[in-house]
Amino acid sequence: MTRLPTGGLIDRTTVLSFTFDGRPYAGHPGDTLASALLANGVHRVATSVNRGRPRGIMAAGVEEASALVQLEAPFPEPMLSATTIELYEGLVARGLPGRGTLADRPDPGRYDAMHVHCDVLVVGAGPAGLMAALTAARAGSRVALVDDQPMVGGSLLGTRGELSDWSASVLAELTSTPEVLVLSRTTAFGYYDDGFVLALQKRTDHLGAAAPDNAARQRIWRIRAKQVILATGAHERPVVFADNDRPGVMLAQAGRTYLNRYGVLAGNRIVVFTTNDSAYVAAVELAEAGAEVTVVDPRTDLAPFWAAECARVGIAVRPGHLVTGTTGEERVTGVHLAAYPSGGASATVHCDLLLVSGGWNPTVHLFSQAGGKLEYDAELGAFLPVAGLPGAGVLGAGVLGVRVSGAAAGAVSLADCLAGGAAEAVAALSDLGVAARPVASPPVGTDRVETAGLVLWAAPVEISLDGSDLSDTRFVDLQRDATVSDVLRATGAGLRSVEHVKRYTTIGTAHDQGKTSGLIASGITADALGVDIADLGTTTFRPPYTSVSFAALAGRDRGAIFDPVRVTAIHPWHIEHGAQFEDVGQWKRPLCYPRRTASGGLEDLPAVVARETRAARTGVAMMDGSTLGKINVQGVDAGEFLDRIYTNIISTLKPGFVRYAVMCGMDGMILDDGTVMRVADTEFVLTTTTGNAAKVLDWLEELAQTEWPDLRVHLTSVTEQWATIPVVGPLSRQVIAAVAPALDVSNEAFGFMTWRSAKIVGIEARICRISFSGELAYEVNVPSWYGIAVWQALFDAGQPYGITPYGTETMHVLRAEKGYPIIGQDTDGTVTPQDLGMSWVVSKKKLDFVGKRSFSRTENQRPDRKHLVGLLPVDRSVLLDEGAQVLADDDVSQLPVAMLGHVTSSYRSVALGGTFGLALVRSGRDRIGERLFAWQDGEVVPVTVTGPVLYDQEGARRDG
Amino acid sequence: MQLISCPWCGPREEAEYHYGGQAHVAYPHEVGALSDADWAHYLFFRDNPRGPFAERWVHAAGCRRWFNAVRDTGTHEILAVYRIGEPQPELGRQASR
Ligand SMILES: [Zn+2]
Repeated sequence: MTRLPTGGLIDRTTVLSFTFDGRPYAGHPGDTLASALLANGVHRVATSVNRGRPRGIMAAGVEEASALVQLEAPFPEPMLSATTIELYEGLVARGLPGRGTLADRPDPGRYDAMHVHCDVLVVGAGPAGLMAALTAARAGSRVALVDDQPMVGGSLLGTRGELSDWSASVLAELTSTPEVLVLSRTTAFGYYDDGFVLALQKRTDHLGAAAPDNAARQRIWRIRAKQVILATGAHERPVVFADNDRPGVMLAQAGRTYLNRYGVLAGNRIVVFTTNDSAYVAAVELAEAGAEVTVVDPRTDLAPFWAAECARVGIAVRPGHLVTGTTGEERVTGVHLAAYPSGGASATVHCDLLLVSGGWNPTVHLFSQAGGKLEYDAELGAFLPVAGLPGAGVLGAGVLGVRVSGAAAGAVSLADCLAGGAAEAVAALSDLGVAARPVASPPVGTDRVETAGLVLWAAPVEISLDGSDLSDTRFVDLQRDATVSDVLRATGAGLRSVEHVKRYTTIGTAHDQGKTSGLIASGITADALGVDIADLGTTTFRPPYTSVSFAALAGRDRGAIFDPVRVTAIHPWHIEHGAQFEDVGQWKRPLCYPRRTASGGLEDLPAVVARETRAARTGVAMMDGSTLGKINVQGVDAGEFLDRIYTNIISTLKPGFVRYAVMCGMDGMILDDGTVMRVADTEFVLTTTTGNAAKVLDWLEELAQTEWPDLRVHLTSVTEQWATIPVVGPLSRQVIAAVAPALDVSNEAFGFMTWRSAKIVGIEARICRISFSGELAYEVNVPSWYGIAVWQALFDAGQPYGITPYGTETMHVLRAEKGYPIIGQDTDGTVTPQDLGMSWVVSKKKLDFVGKRSFSRTENQRPDRKHLVGLLPVDRSVLLDEGAQVLADDDVSQLPVAMLGHVTSSYRSVALGGTFGLALVRSGRDRIGERLFAWQDGEVVPVTVTGPVLYDQEGARRDG
Repeated sequence: MQLISCPWCGPREEAEYHYGGQAHVAYPHEVGALSDADWAHYLFFRDNPRGPFAERWVHAAGCRRWFNAVRDTGTHEILAVYRIGEPQPELGRQASR
């Protein structure tokens, strides 16, 4: 066993059983999967993606580049670091060869989001972050403190309990201070603009199957902060050498963390290879825990303090040496040493754990994302924030700012981290106009760092550096199996930018996003190119800082509530009566109402449509038209406003009348069409195409506010407020007469394109004599609340006449037979009213209106513009494909062939005795009677060009 | 997610707004007298500077009002916002309010 009998922040009184790679193991609460595996002596946990090499655990946190696993229970989740999974009872995981597998079933977990506004957001609850949060909290500010660990302390968690009482007391004070929010297990993964930070909280992952079903598993915190203080610490970086990827090769601080936080001695014979003083404390503590430790340090002027400490605990120190390679397969068994800088192999040391420290990379991701500038510090061998970001704007009373403190700002000693956190908080509060004093730092030991570190990216070795060595085992990015040779191949290919080298080698593109490899790749690239890394720079730090699942980002916005579903007031009736629905934008609209056939099945679509259209043309039928967009326009200038909007004149319309109208964009292309009903001198109701309602309202608002702010006109959407029921067919008059006995429904008293108020089952209704089918028709409008009652009344009153509810498919057939275009189906934003053959709807009298000038553009006068025409297939049983290309010639042996246009609408028609279509065809009106061809399914289908109106060309049916 | 100050509502998230293109493009006088080229210029041609640019925005998911903003197209910083009809402010680096 490698678990020590005492020590660590684990609960030894509880045993958690888990399974890894099919074998059962035990651990404790407080363990990560990685620490529990190491406690069980498991070092090899994964296999490398391209080269199949054994891989182990190289870190103790999010920077892990190697130990990639897949969780199998309670729910499959791929591509997780063993170092970031808190152990729970019943955990089942397996090591991955670089790729995982997605679950084959829906994720039962819940995910949600919360919004927070605060004065000061502190990211990281290590020494600097705790000091910053405490300073801001005592000043009375609204503070949010987020940290990715289950407990506060940050780097202190890897020590022998340093400042643990102080950390606990700070946490207690913060959590008991009003207006302070402390979020643990929460990773701030992206800085967006203006103090906006996104964080992912893992709320129940650590509970495994015991997680309550009703709790959100993960939560996205959307935090808007006036001041952001980044106390995100630093990641240790390795040094690259041959076979540096073997299980048992680990960062020095990770070895120390496993010892102190988890009570795990990860090896008995340990080599610590370090280029700086920070790893000595790990060496000493591991030796004191019972390991046989050798320190290898390329420097010769060792710090006297550490030299004495090593001597005290019996550590052999090999100054002036470095590690050039390792031996072992499933686990490291020894290291090769060479003298530095003279070179030359000197010795092999046996070991079962190799700890490496090449220095520290400040965690500047969020700062860089915020636009902060970084500058290379040659002494630390790292890019540091230049300074806090100046205020980028004003939010409320304070200036927005982003500051960095502690190790993230390059501080090395604990005392500097503590003081820095408090100082940055004071500065941030000052920008908010709050005078604050830094809280006093707790007493800490003396600063032990006495000797400058050596910046070394990779151990120099004898292998040829011409970039041709495919067997190179000096891994820069373990997860990508990318080596020093790969970097040299990139520079050898002429790449000079680290961004290009990254993409050429894939270094830094894996789940860990190069936290430990990115800077080393820059360093090796700089050396290879002979340039200064300070000038070369690093690759861009992009969010997210750690992996975020799509489920978390989606939150509750999935399934039925991903996009709102809109239903009309009459929807329940449609369901009850077996309607089949289609989606029209967000609306559910009845497509048709199939009936049971004699054989017990359902009518197919052609059969339903034949029956429904026959009813509308020969009897009476009704549909739910409530989804039609409706806009109420009021104001003394409403008529003038609509004159400017529509191509025809509206202001002359009298109350009680309705007009069909078309609106265009400034470019003269049709935007929408519909009816305009004048309710009163200063009030109109417009209808729009179902899918265009919001767009038209926006367009009218834009013009009213920005072009004609002097017009007194107000616009309101009333789509939802009215239920609209067209009652259609030669027998519709009888149905309306039956439900509205007080209304004179005669053609003389209630003519076409007029509207009347009438009571239907006691409900005040607006009934319009308009028709989208060519038949006698009444459009009944009632407040939505009464929609279903009035629908039922109409349906009941129509029973003696065989009234038939119909859906959108029948509506389309009826309107297309009459050549009525659907804006957005028969038009596409390049079509003018004239192209549709609707010059009659364009006023010649009005001085100006939106789009008028464009109609006289030379381009709009071309005789070969596409016109809307009808197409009759020669074989009237062939249904044209909507979208099919229209050709002049049936010879398609020589491609390409000239394309004249395309089919925009196509249906089977009972009234026309066969199929028909509408099409936009070049010079179409001049081709009426001509034979053209539609190209579909690899065949040419001969068609005859007709005018667009194929049924009731005289318009004889509208009055019944 | 930028914060944009609506002159009517105050600072709100970017997602509440829609962009409306260059501001202060006046509808031409006597459009009938314009050449096709001049009309096309009004319809289709807009400035595309690097630096401060007066633009129209609408607080679509808020008060639904249009307003003007001066935005630095190089940095995305909104330098000023002002109501329709108000003159474009002098750009003395005064931040939006
Ligand atoms: Zn607003």
